[in-house]
Amino acid sequence: MTRRPVDTGAPDRLYTVTGGRSRADDSFDLVTLVVGECEPSAGMQSEHVRILELCRHPTAVVELAAELALPITVVRILLGDLLATGRITARHPRLGQSAATHPDTALLQEVLHGLRNL
Amino acid sequence: MGSATSDTPAAADPAASGRTPLTHAAETGLKIVVVGGFGVGKTTLVRSVSEIRPLNTEEVMTQAGVGVDETGEVTAKTTTTVAFDFGRISLNERMVLYLFGAPGQERFWFLWDRLFSGTLGAVVLVDTRRMDDSWYAIDRLEHHGTPFVVAVNRFDDDAARHSLDEIRLALALPDRVPLIDCDARVRTSGKHVLVTLVDHLYQLALAQEGAP
Repeated sequence: MTRRPVDTGAPDRLYTVTGGRSRADDSFDLVTLVVGECEPSAGMQSEHVRILELCRHPTAVVELAAELALPITVVRILLGDLLATGRITARHPRLGQSAATHPDTALLQEVLHGLRNL
Repeated sequence: MGSATSDTPAAADPAASGRTPLTHAAETGLKIVVVGGFGVGKTTLVRSVSEIRPLNTEEVMTQAGVGVDETGEVTAKTTTTVAFDFGRISLNERMVLYLFGAPGQERFWFLWDRLFSGTLGAVVLVDTRRMDDSWYAIDRLEHHGTPFVVAVNRFDDDAARHSLDEIRLALALPDRVPLIDCDARVRTSGKHVLVTLVDHLYQLALAQEGAP
């Protein structure tokens, strides 16, 4: 069995939450903004319900993890479920996960402008 | 001025536990990392500029591939839980910047590629009383090619007040890396640190785009 460099050394609760899975959807960055596309429905897993509630507004993966008090890897797994069933959409960051992609001047100018206006 | 938030009256979402939600137009998340040793003021800096009370989360990391034995024993792997704080700044309707406070100690660095890939850049926060903590972080960032600035957090009781020149020398910091003073508790000072970093990034990008 091939293991990713990262997975959860999961206690029982986390094992239950993820249905025993430890392979997270790597496409979710810490700052990917998640948007709910439907309301929670009866019979849904409580963590999925909570995510859909929080994602009535765009919410970053890292904020979901903090609010749910779950490790990020576990949240990525849960988000993968919701994405696969079309219940959420994901707005991924413009900067890729590779260190090779550098921000351009236009983007940085926007960031500077925003910071100066704080 | 002085208000840390630009929120409209809280949208009554009990699930959000007082956390101001982003606007529906928010589409791009950005990252900046604040690195430093314990007690240097990373969380203080994040708090001073964040529009939300800093939140804490954790990542469980498993080191695999190193000495994985024939039996594939799960218990043979080393699992580490790393907690980190973060804050948030809405830059405009579409762009939201997340600030991560990260431990700079050597034993945490194997996590960095994973946690902080795609960051704009980093702030190394330095306490002159414990400068040793900074060397490793600076070395790793240089090696990793992550652009950064160094900010010296000045404490009130910093009796032996070293000049920035002395600190640059002590850290063996090249001239091209900006080095500034700050007071992590003060919002305008924290803001100045971030502006210094992004301005540095801008100059780097400008030079790169100008290059043939």
